[in-house]
Amino acid sequence: MASVSHEAHGHTDHGHDHHEESFVSKYIFSHDHKMIGKQFLITAVFMGIIAMLLSILFRIQLAWPGESSDFLTLFLGETWAPGGVLKEDMYLGLVTIHGTIMVFFLLTGGLSGTFSNILIPLQLGARDMASGFLNMLSFWFFFISSIIMLVSLFVESGPAMAGWTVYPPLSALPQAVSGSGLGMTLWLFSMAIFIAGSLIGSLNYIVTVLNLRTTGMTMTRMPLTIWAFFVTAILGVLSFPVLLSAALLLIMDRLAGTSFYLSDIIVGGEMLTNHGGSPILYQHLFWFLGHPEVYIVLLPALGLSSEIIATNARKPIFGYRAMIGSILAIGFLSFIVWGHHMFITGMNPFLGSVFVFTTLLIAIPSAVKVFNYITTLWKGSLILTPAMLFAIGLVSTFITGGVTGIILADSALDIAVHDTYFVVAHFHIVMGMSAVFGMFAGVYHWFPKMYGRMMNTRLGYVHFWITIIGAYGVFFPMHFVGLAGAPRRYYDYSVYDQFDSNTFAMIMDLNVIVTVFAIFAALGQGVFLFNFFYSIFRGPKAPQNPWKSNTLEWTTPVEHIHGNWPGELPTVHRWPYDYSKPGAEEDYIPQTVPLAEGEEEH
Amino acid sequence: MESKLIILIVIVLGAIAVAQLVRIYELSSKLRKRGEHEISTRDNNLNGKMMYAFMVLLYAFFIWLMVEYGWTGRGDAASTIGKETDWLLNLNFVIIIAVFFLTNTLLFYFSYKYVRKEGVKAFYFPHNNKLEMIWTVVPACVLAVIIILGLKKWNDATGASGEDAIRIELFSKQFDWTARYAGDNNLLGRFDYKLTTDLNELALLTSETIDSAIVNMQTGPTGIDALVKKLNDRTIMLIPEDREKMEEDLSRKTRLIRLLHQMKKHHTKKYDAYAWDDIIQKDTLYLCLNKEYEFNFRAKDVIHSAHFPHFRAQMNTVPGMTTRLKFTPDITTKEMRKRKNDEKFNYVLLCNKICGGAHYKMKMMIVVLEEGEYKSWMKSKEKATFRDTYFAAAAAAPADTTAVPADTTMMVAN
Repeated sequence: MASVSHEAHGHTDHGHDHHEESFVSKYIFSHDHKMIGKQFLITAVFMGIIAMLLSILFRIQLAWPGESSDFLTLFLGETWAPGGVLKEDMYLGLVTIHGTIMVFFLLTGGLSGTFSNILIPLQLGARDMASGFLNMLSFWFFFISSIIMLVSLFVESGPAMAGWTVYPPLSALPQAVSGSGLGMTLWLFSMAIFIAGSLIGSLNYIVTVLNLRTTGMTMTRMPLTIWAFFVTAILGVLSFPVLLSAALLLIMDRLAGTSFYLSDIIVGGEMLTNHGGSPILYQHLFWFLGHPEVYIVLLPALGLSSEIIATNARKPIFGYRAMIGSILAIGFLSFIVWGHHMFITGMNPFLGSVFVFTTLLIAIPSAVKVFNYITTLWKGSLILTPAMLFAIGLVSTFITGGVTGIILADSALDIAVHDTYFVVAHFHIVMGMSAVFGMFAGVYHWFPKMYGRMMNTRLGYVHFWITIIGAYGVFFPMHFVGLAGAPRRYYDYSVYDQFDSNTFAMIMDLNVIVTVFAIFAALGQGVFLFNFFYSIFRGPKAPQNPWKSNTLEWTTPVEHIHGNWPGELPTVHRWPYDYSKPGAEEDYIPQTVPLAEGEEEH
Repeated sequence: MESKLIILIVIVLGAIAVAQLVRIYELSSKLRKRGEHEISTRDNNLNGKMMYAFMVLLYAFFIWLMVEYGWTGRGDAASTIGKETDWLLNLNFVIIIAVFFLTNTLLFYFSYKYVRKEGVKAFYFPHNNKLEMIWTVVPACVLAVIIILGLKKWNDATGASGEDAIRIELFSKQFDWTARYAGDNNLLGRFDYKLTTDLNELALLTSETIDSAIVNMQTGPTGIDALVKKLNDRTIMLIPEDREKMEEDLSRKTRLIRLLHQMKKHHTKKYDAYAWDDIIQKDTLYLCLNKEYEFNFRAKDVIHSAHFPHFRAQMNTVPGMTTRLKFTPDITTKEMRKRKNDEKFNYVLLCNKICGGAHYKMKMMIVVLEEGEYKSWMKSKEKATFRDTYFAAAAAAPADTTAVPADTTMMVAN
């Protein structure tokens, strides 16, 4: 289709034969990494809007339980919100699909898919990904799985309703909850396709990073973004197949009558013959992916913010090697901590104590990262672009959500708050908000590279302030609901009124606060969406290197071309963080500038 | 319908408002002749100050929440283990709140303080081994303390309970809890899910319950005989799907009854006594002050979780396996009501693992009594052992068709 893939291999410097491309090969079945990145982004933004809308729907129920809302009828109709009151089953469905889309489709596909695709070749000095075709395939798998997931919302028996972790037996037995029928089947197929796509993508990223770095781009001269994407891809390759196997065994239990996860069950008056399976097995398999998944979501965001903070602080990132070390340490540790999700599932308590130890170790590289970010800001010359604000916001949410992780990782304390709103608050701040902030930071920062135009800065500011106020307003109070012991995934907390009216009053107060902030934050995203889509078409033309950045992507022309650089590929002479180096005239020295006479590399 | 219209109008108006906003910005930036990438000193300073202001607001919000709600929901822990949990929880909170304030303050303060100023160049400071060492080692030491204290407490909490701990089984199903006291011998009767009938909802194992389960499966209203008869009856027209379903049901029941016959063959009579003196209790769980309890958990259909918020205790209940937990309640309900100044307050057992539509309603009240009260309550239950209730119900039921299969009343909520 295009001449990219073979060109990517040779370091040939002859010109690029530009054939006229059809609409289909340029915008739809494109092999070009820049276009694929944008496809990921737009799809993910769309999925993100849906997932956010779902959360608003169930937040309305939580704040004003049982009150009729036309907003609910508007979106859910009489079937799922008869008389404007959300149905119990659909509440669980909304919660489940909200979680699934946010974790997998927005923050995995959207974050790592978008920015790995756009930045890996551009920041490494490669003409494209190692395999353009596989890259395209990876997007289309992602796209198809997104469609299936959305379709599952419209099934008569409802979407999957067992929570985003879909623990069997609930997810295996259609008699147990209506969403475990066709909705669950679609969920499983969607995820299976998603995993295949993510796997292809990750392999491609790894191969590209290892093989297609331009002359002089040693591993220790790679920007931290690339290190983050690289480790993320490795995590994905090692852990997603385990989720696939968990899903396949679940599909077998559902469709082929096997008993991997089922044993001694009577449901809906039916005595099942399944015997010998274990639901705990599923949890082990699930969380073997599930925990690395947290870092699959988080590392790219941290990588992006490292780059953005260094650029806009006009300072080298503090402790470059320590940053790489902590990415690697986090990546490694993330594989041996999954049990902290299972302290009270009936897993052997001794095993629990091992997981306590490994989990709390993760706090060390995380602390190193936080302090390094803060030191990077110290005595900097900060330019507070919207991207920079979001990157700083990320560090804040990473701290605020991270510290509560210490409570949850400690099995003795987890007993008291496990599966309560404390957990919900914790992971929404540390994983959800941090990753979303990283993603917004990335979009604002690399928008000129993606679309050749600038986004409106003022609207960016408005968006940031609404988002961070909304984020903290939503998730801070949740900690207190959780400390009261209030379980998550409850359709209605009025049950509290029967045994503790004070706590009930508090939960209801806080739920209203949370919902109001959630609606506020959701409306604020309208500002972003407008800015984003408007700027794609009408934004002012971007200069080549708007942020005066050192990395290679800003040496490419503003107009996108196949192969990224006209003529020869750039040669790299230094690390990417030579900002405000003493003795230099400008406050930045791009990686392509050779070391001056007597100049030391950092 | 009208409010739908209003919602749509609001959305449209919102979009128009934003559009106008952008036009203004576009025009103004054209006038300024400055690109979007060039951040003016005014914007830069303004956002720096807002960072600072945001920090202050965030802290104010946090402190307000802490003062207003920090202790409302938790209350005093009502078990000995729970008190230790709370102590450790508070210690950890002191540490993490300190870290939260320290690091956020540095972050937001620096974002405000080091905003670009004309002529001031950033300080080139790529790394410093000593600093990096400090913030690797200090967190590591703090974590070591947290880990050691946590694990010590965890071992206490999950260790075996004492010899004379009172045994109670909590049986979970969609969407309620049933408690089973171990009775005089403090031994819980054995069970097998295949023994579930209307008379024996907890599937306890005795010679009689095996027999009645076999009878029920063979000759009950939806037993094997009835199914065979219906399938072979040429006068009834069955929809193919129904026929298929019945055939499936039949094959399942044939397998189950074979297993029941095997069970009967291998059954040892001495286990009967374990079960007969058990006391089955619904709705409210009565516990005795300062007595250690050893809880066993079972699930009938899907995973549930036994969550005792006031005792700081929690354990999942898993179909196909038994899980356990121990704690010693040390505040009576009466005393707690006084402390909370709430006459209607009760301890509660909640379900904390998503288990279906009515998950949020699945609960059991808990009452902690003083020893005297507890003993007299126990006495009232003397004539309500499993033996008493089982035979009374069996006598009341018509002799030949012992029972309908269990749980026809389930799924009420859906």
